[in-house]
Order: sequence, then structure tokens, then C-alpha cells
Amino acid sequence: MPPKLCALCDTSRAIIKRPKTGQQICKECFFWVFETEVHNTIIGAKLFKHGDKVAIGASGGKDSTVLAYVMKTLNERYDYGLDLYLLSIDEGITGYRDDSLETVKRNQQQYNLPLKILGYEELYGWTMDKVVAKIGKKNNCTYCGVFRRQALDRGAASLGVDHIVTGHNADDIAETVLMNIMRGDIARLGRCTLICTQGEDTIRRSKPFKYAYEKEIVMYAYFKKLDYFSTECIYSPDAYRGHARVFLKDLEAARPSAIIDIIHSGEAFEVNEDVKMKTQQTCTRCGYIASNDLCKACALLEGLERGMPSLGIRERRKKEDDTPMPENLRTIPMFQMPDVNKAATVELSSS
Amino acid sequence: MATLALSLHFGGGMELLFDNRRDHEITITLPAPADVRLLIDWIATNLLQERKELFLEGPSLRPGILVLINDTDWELEGEEDYQLKDGDDIVFISTLHGG
Ligand code: SF4
Ligand SMILES: [Zn+2]
Ligand SMILES: [Zn+2]
Repeated sequence: MPPKLCALCDTSRAIIKRPKTGQQICKECFFWVFETEVHNTIIGAKLFKHGDKVAIGASGGKDSTVLAYVMKTLNERYDYGLDLYLLSIDEGITGYRDDSLETVKRNQQQYNLPLKILGYEELYGWTMDKVVAKIGKKNNCTYCGVFRRQALDRGAASLGVDHIVTGHNADDIAETVLMNIMRGDIARLGRCTLICTQGEDTIRRSKPFKYAYEKEIVMYAYFKKLDYFSTECIYSPDAYRGHARVFLKDLEAARPSAIIDIIHSGEAFEVNEDVKMKTQQTCTRCGYIASNDLCKACALLEGLERGMPSLGIRERRKKEDDTPMPENLRTIPMFQMPDVNKAATVELSSS
Repeated sequence: MATLALSLHFGGGMELLFDNRRDHEITITLPAPADVRLLIDWIATNLLQERKELFLEGPSLRPGILVLINDTDWELEGEEDYQLKDGDDIVFISTLHGG
């Protein structure tokens, strides 16, 4: 077979078939269209303002490594005027996070961005290793997810940033849509496709890779020879997510546009937020946003500290749970939103 | 029959299935037509250390694993039907590991 020429420049040899379009393109054109599409996503959704301080949630994995690289590239190329930071959460998982943090530290050097690492140990007094030792491998990802979310906000607050970007890609979002459908969680279904979310008391978060296919992210990292870490968490087997992922990959193999189609159908479920959302309040113990007296992290932490893990998992606390807190229990420091220009209007855009 | 020297590379977490080694130089003899389908089968039988289900789905490569043949997306090269040549360089990268 003679080498196929790039469908865009018609001069170089094609090296990749784009899943989104089926186009066969060369390496330079691939870099260019990948970056330009992310740029268009950012501009289309008006994600940033000149002068914004933005933390890139960096795990050392493929998505956030590529995100850091592309954000830095676009910030320079199009003069976004952003102050970029790397923000990493150390869950305290021996043999997993400690290795991936080494990758983040190399990225810090390679991309020349300031890095902040915030650990569960420091914030909650519990590493995931300790949590798993206490509760076993069943609900560990619930703890980890709640702790991570709050740790990212707190890390971002301590950097004084206005905005967190994460590496969630189109495949991740499509997978979340599928899982929310399977669970019948319509409220989440509408929200999970939003490119940008912001509650009143949380830091703005967005997903510049919302429309970027995982295949292209991995190919980009490969051809750019980016340094990323790819070992599965030792506490991982979240079987449900695993099945949804495999199902999605099967669909994608049959019809690559399936990923975007699923995202679009998720977007079609628009939720009337005022009606559906529980009213938000702040945690009486730590000041973080909460939908009950205690935020999820404080509830989970109290369960761990008291040796009654189910305390934090149950939806409603029973009367007898409300014995006074023993004095010496570990709690989370008070949360304060960074003093950013909150008057700025936020446009929630889903396209 | 064809005897072929090939460079294989595993990345994106796949190396863990292969003794934590990314690069493998192999020389194999395959019946004609020596296509990538046969190579995948050969790898599964001879090189794979553990957890076949993370490499194969049925007789085929598991979806979510990217393949490059001489640094080109195998989707441009006929995927499993690609006829191997002596000296080919084949890369397998998992996309399924954490982001
Ligand atoms: S797999 Fe679970 S425990 Fe491991 S990092 Fe992810 S959420 Fe945390
Ligand atoms: Zn080109
Ligand atoms: Zn709290």
C-alpha cells in the first residue's frame, strides 16, 4: 500500500485516523487540530478571563499531563493571560500515588509551572492506606472521591485561584452519562455534561477536554513523548465503572461517534436546577458547602474517627448517632473561599 | 512460513502484563499470511504473563488498546489484516488506565 497522504495538508504521510471524523491526518496537522479544538472549546464556552489564576488538577496520569501541556501551549499561543498552577492531591496510597506524584514533580520542571501538593494526611489525618485498613476495600472510593473533591477546593483556595480545570475527557463524560442513566439519576445526568460548574460557594471547575477523545489524548501524549504515569490504583476495582467503560469502548469500536452522541443525549436532559437541587448550606463544623449540617467529608471523617464508618455513608443520621462528639476527634480546618472577584458573571454553557 | 524480527512495545500500563517490561525484541516464525492477528495470538500465548482478559476480548485485541505499526495508527494499516514485515515496530498502548 502506498502511504496515505494527510487529508488536511496533502503533503505529509497520515499517521492517525481521527475517531471523531474518520479523517486521516499527519502528525503536525494532528497536533494542530487537537490543540485548536481545545482552544475552540475554551473560547466557545468563555471559560477564562484575562488575568485568571487557574489550577490544573494534576494526577500525573495521561489526561492531566496532556491538559497541563496543552493549557500552557494555548496560554502562550493565544495570550490568554492566565496564571497557571499545578495542583495535586496526595491520597496517601503507597505504591500508587507516591509514584505518580514523582511524575507530577517532573512535569513541574518540564512545564515550569508552580506546583502545590495537598495530602489527605495533612488535611484529614487519614491517608487512603489508613482508610482502607479501617474500612476494607468496599466503600473506599466513596471516601476518596469526597475527600478529593474537597481537597481540590481547599488546595485551590490556598493558592488563591479562581478556577480549577480537570482532565476529564469525552470518554469519561460519556461513561458518566451512561452510569447516571443506569442509576436513574436524572439530576446528575443533566449536570454531568456541563463543561463548567460553579455553585455559590465552590470554586469554578471546568473540563476543557470535554470533547477530546481519549484515543487522541493518548496519541497526543505518545507522539509528543509526554511523561505520564499509568498504573491502576491498588484499591481500584470499581467494577461498575469498569463495565460501563468496557461497554463504551465496544460501542466506540463499532461506531466512533458513539462517544459524542452519548454526550449530546446527556445534554438533552436539561434539569431545572431551582426545582431539583437541594438547598446548599455550609458545614457547621468546617465551613465547606454542605447539603446537611455536616459536609460529606466531615460526616465520613467523624465515622472513621469514632470507629463507626457507616455513620458517614448513611443518608440520614439516626438519633443515637447524635451523641456529643468526643473532644479529641480530628476535624477539618475551617474553609474560606479565596477572595476573588465574585461579581464576574459566570456563564454556564453546555456546548 | 516467515521468520520475522519484530520490536514490540507496551505502554499506558500494559507493560504490567508483560513482566513490567516495555520493550521486547522478538524473532518469530509464523505461517503465511503473517498478519497482526497471528502476532496478537502469539503474544497472548507466549509473552503474556497474566490476566489475558486485559489484552484480549474473545480472539481479538481488547477495545481501548491502541496499536501503532511503525509509528502509524493501525487503523490506517488494515488493523489485524496488516501483513508483518521483517523489522516492523509495533506499539500497544492501553487507554484504560487512570487519567
Ligand atoms: S480507585 Fe478509588 S481509592 Fe483509588 S484513587 Fe481512585 S477513588 Fe481513590
Ligand atoms: Zn497534514
Ligand atoms: Zn465539613
